Amino acid sequence: MQGFGDAFAAAFALIVGFDADLVEIVALSLRVTLSAVFIACLIGFPLGAALAVGRFPLRGMLTILVNALMGLPPVVVGLGVYLMLSRAGPLGVLNLLYTPTAMIIAQAILVTPIVAALTRQIVADLDTEYHETLRSMGAGRGARMATLLWDGRFALMTAALAGLGRALAEVGAVMIVGGNIDHVTRVMTTAIALETSKGELATALGLGIVLMVLSIALNALLMGAKATSERMAHA
Amino acid sequence: MLRLVQNTPPPVALRLDDVGLCRGGRMVLDGLSLDVPAQGITAIMGPNGAGKSLSLRIMAGLIAPEAGTCTHDLSGKQDIALVFQKPVLLRRTVRANLAHALAIYGVPRAKRKARIADLLDFGRLGAIADSPARALSGGEQQRVAMVRALAAKPKLLLLDEPTASLDPQATDAIETLIRDTAAAGAAIVLVTHDRGQATRLADHIRFMHRGQLVEAAPAAQFMLAQKSPEAQAYLSGHLLL
Repeated sequence: MQGFGDAFAAAFALIVGFDADLVEIVALSLRVTLSAVFIACLIGFPLGAALAVGRFPLRGMLTILVNALMGLPPVVVGLGVYLMLSRAGPLGVLNLLYTPTAMIIAQAILVTPIVAALTRQIVADLDTEYHETLRSMGAGRGARMATLLWDGRFALMTAALAGLGRALAEVGAVMIVGGNIDHVTRVMTTAIALETSKGELATALGLGIVLMVLSIALNALLMGAKATSERMAHA
Repeated sequence: MLRLVQNTPPPVALRLDDVGLCRGGRMVLDGLSLDVPAQGITAIMGPNGAGKSLSLRIMAGLIAPEAGTCTHDLSGKQDIALVFQKPVLLRRTVRANLAHALAIYGVPRAKRKARIADLLDFGRLGAIADSPARALSGGEQQRVAMVRALAAKPKLLLLDEPTASLDPQATDAIETLIRDTAAAGAAIVLVTHDRGQATRLADHIRFMHRGQLVEAAPAAQFMLAQKSPEAQAYLSGHLLL
């Protein structure tokens, strides 16, 4: 067991020296997380808008379900995706288990309800303001949804950010469906869990620091882009 | 030679017949019958709570009356356009607001650029075409809202107090736009509290009180002498309770 100071010093040495393993893990983490958030936004934005603007049977039930799924336990999602992708599962023929694709699928399932539920609220609020104007113009539901999503684009960045935070910090689901295989499916969170259990605190701390910095940097970047765009559009 | 002068009423663009509407357990429109001439500017006047804005929303098809009918020969959904007292512009530039409206109205993409140029020119909005619409002054925003409504080439334009709380310069710009639109052939319904504005713009007056039509007359005649005690009291500056 290393001392606390030694662990920090070794962690900084790994970061500053661009340790190859560390870089590989960080790159895979970003690839998995950003892909999952992108897919979640592709599904969550229109789904949230449809829940806000649409009038169809079970809309209320679906809204409650999406809100409830925001707190979906990652290990349960991991287990579900594992069962689907395992050899005996319905999608076993795709051979996706223990691949980054499986991790992206699991994270997308986790993040989509967060993006959809926040989108629903954002679009519903905007619809209160735009409703009469768009109706007086004769806009159909599809056109209304598209208009509200575009005009709510800055607020929707917050929904994407919330999803990003969830995906970046998630460990249970990617551990189950990815297997934490070295050089294949090892991401920052699973590596931190593994290195800590081995007593390799320097690597764990180094990854932890990178994870924190990345999380703050991505949030700052998106918030900055949001603020600048809002200023330009006076939204 | 004897010439027979036939005193035929002007053609009607839209008619409300015995319209009733209840809000909060109160009849806000109570047997309202009102016609809108197919040409010129019709001002709907009356005190607050008379039901002017609600009747405009019924004309626009935004509210269905609980009793009575709203009839017109304007078949296309874009034949009637409504401009609200507080314009809601999209979080885009003026040009993009007009492009969005044209897309909603089904104007082919290839024709939009030219139409936008025409609309900007008509509304004298060229200098602010690429400004964010929501950063404009109240008067400029209202002009954009009016021009956006005109993108549909409506036959009937409904204006709900378009110059309320605007300064005289902005009011003048809006009134010029209203005159130009009427001159281009559209029938206009203008809800206004402003006697001066009605005098300047209106060809016909419809005076409402407590959800009913109290008086209908040509504007010049109405401004000289009102027949109903309600209109007389209102124009004399008395509170109508």
